[in-house]
Amino acid sequence: MPDLLGLLSYGTFFLVFVTIYGLVVLGLNLQWGFTGLFNVGVAGFVAIGAYTSALLTAPDYPNQIGGLGLPIPLGWLGAMATSGLAAFIVGVAALRLRHDYLAITTFGIAVTLQLVALNAQGLTGGPFGLQFIPKPFADIIADNLAWNLTYLAMAATLLGLSYAALERLVRSPWGRVLRAIREDETAAESLGKRAFRFRLQAFVIGCMLMGLGGALYAHFVGYIAPEDFLPILTFQLWTMLIVGGSGNNRGAILGAVVVWALWTLSGNVLRELVPAEHQARAATLQVVLIGLLLMLILLVRPRGLLGEEAIVSRHMKDSAGELQEE
Amino acid sequence: MLQLIADGFVIGSVIALGAIGVTLVYSILRFANFAHGELLTWGAYLAWTALLGFAAVWGPMEPLGPFSFGWTLLASLGVAAIATAALALLVDLLLFRQLRRHGSAITLIMASFGAALVLRNLLQFIFGAVPEYYSREIQVAIRLVPRDVLGGLRITPDQLFVLGLTAVSVVGLHLFLTRTTLGKAMRATSINPQLAQVTGIDVDRVVRATWIIGAVLAAVAGVFSGLTVQLRPQLGLDLLLPLFAAAILGGIGSVYGAVAGGLIVGLAESLSVPIVGAEYRAATAFIVLIAILLIRPTGLFGERP
Repeated sequence: MPDLLGLLSYGTFFLVFVTIYGLVVLGLNLQWGFTGLFNVGVAGFVAIGAYTSALLTAPDYPNQIGGLGLPIPLGWLGAMATSGLAAFIVGVAALRLRHDYLAITTFGIAVTLQLVALNAQGLTGGPFGLQFIPKPFADIIADNLAWNLTYLAMAATLLGLSYAALERLVRSPWGRVLRAIREDETAAESLGKRAFRFRLQAFVIGCMLMGLGGALYAHFVGYIAPEDFLPILTFQLWTMLIVGGSGNNRGAILGAVVVWALWTLSGNVLRELVPAEHQARAATLQVVLIGLLLMLILLVRPRGLLGEEAIVSRHMKDSAGELQEE
Repeated sequence: MLQLIADGFVIGSVIALGAIGVTLVYSILRFANFAHGELLTWGAYLAWTALLGFAAVWGPMEPLGPFSFGWTLLASLGVAAIATAALALLVDLLLFRQLRRHGSAITLIMASFGAALVLRNLLQFIFGAVPEYYSREIQVAIRLVPRDVLGGLRITPDQLFVLGLTAVSVVGLHLFLTRTTLGKAMRATSINPQLAQVTGIDVDRVVRATWIIGAVLAAVAGVFSGLTVQLRPQLGLDLLLPLFAAAILGGIGSVYGAVAGGLIVGLAESLSVPIVGAEYRAATAFIVLIAILLIRPTGLFGERP
């Protein structure tokens, strides 16, 4: 039954991407959904992670810095570290000010990183990008489908761990402070919570998840180039969060599934319908469609598919249940 | 050296005109409009369309004196300014106005980010991704300063036109904001919206005026960019970071600050070319932005952080 096998193979491929996007959207959800930080440079932080992990683990590149050949888990940890460091620098500059400034600064860092990726040939390989990024267990598992399934299992484990950790975090006192700051900074400050410090922590942790997502992408595809991290990526990730429901971790993952399904589906339809010579032009319509979807959700159902839970603390939940019974 | 400064002023003029729109929208509607760069692109392409239309009716454009363009480009600039203002009002009506009623300020930024992508891709769908030019006439640059004085200075008539019309636009805007009732109402709304409303200022009218002024100046800036460089769908996206840097450097809400900020960012970009190379030119705006946020987040002429 070749068709079933093809479907399974396609489904695995699709799910690996959903898992990676889900991880990044979880990071974005911590920043926007729970803390109200508007990060327009998501693609930049994903790119830092992807490039770091590639440079740490790949075999030696000729005429280029990097290619240290380290074990892959070290590359992933390195990806989280560099993305977190970049977030720390941006955060210190912008998080003390009004939220618009963070938006503009993160936009700026994404633009700048895109320039570095394109032009710093000695580090990033320029427009040709980095190749031969090692695939974990590729020497043991030869079969393509089996390897994809293994990678899916690894990525899904990381997504599950991140989900569980974030669920604990946002329900903890720390997470409730984040929401308090988002709703009313003055009130939170008056209770002795240093808003800047909490914001910076949430921003850095979120960006570390984005860096990890970038590293997972690099080792799955085995090849990265600057065009993988254009502003359209940021836009797709944002649409996933808004469609799924910001402030809800399950919503973030659901949004990744729904939007990526719509994106690949609309891409396939356009490929079927539009003759080859007009495909580059038709691809722009795909972006317009997703953009209209985002704006429609913002206008009609700003909560997204799954909205935010109003009460997260288990102490409050008990009393809320009692109140409802009365 | 002199040449770099002159080039910086020409780029700075484009940035300044765009940054005025950013700073006006930011101070009156209270959000950072990521779609503003697309107004520049649309302005530039709408003028190009009008130019093709004029050429179809009256035949090809005759260059005007030393310039590379004829009077039809000036007419096209007018058409583009009106059409871009209509576009900005349409986006406001369909999107921003609805969100102003229900959503928070930050939803507006996100919506503007989405609007930017839709507008840019729609434009690329209609006009294609190949660079275009208003005119293929070759211009002789005028030598203003001989080569042995600080490297000399040559400037094309088109560049002088850009500098001149920028100055005229800024002076015109200054007179509008200080002498007319609507201009004063705009300044009042920018400083204190609640108080402005209490004193009977029609806020909807102020909002419309803000979009119209921002869009007209964006169209002019877009045409300038098309005239001195080329027309590309990424024209506005590439200018967005310099626009924000200029608006913040000048101080949010300050029109003169935006002009000064635009010229400074333009100069910084131009002067950085021999140091870091032309490919990193756009990153200069980012360095300026980070520096101003760390040292003086209120900007040169601003009061609100």
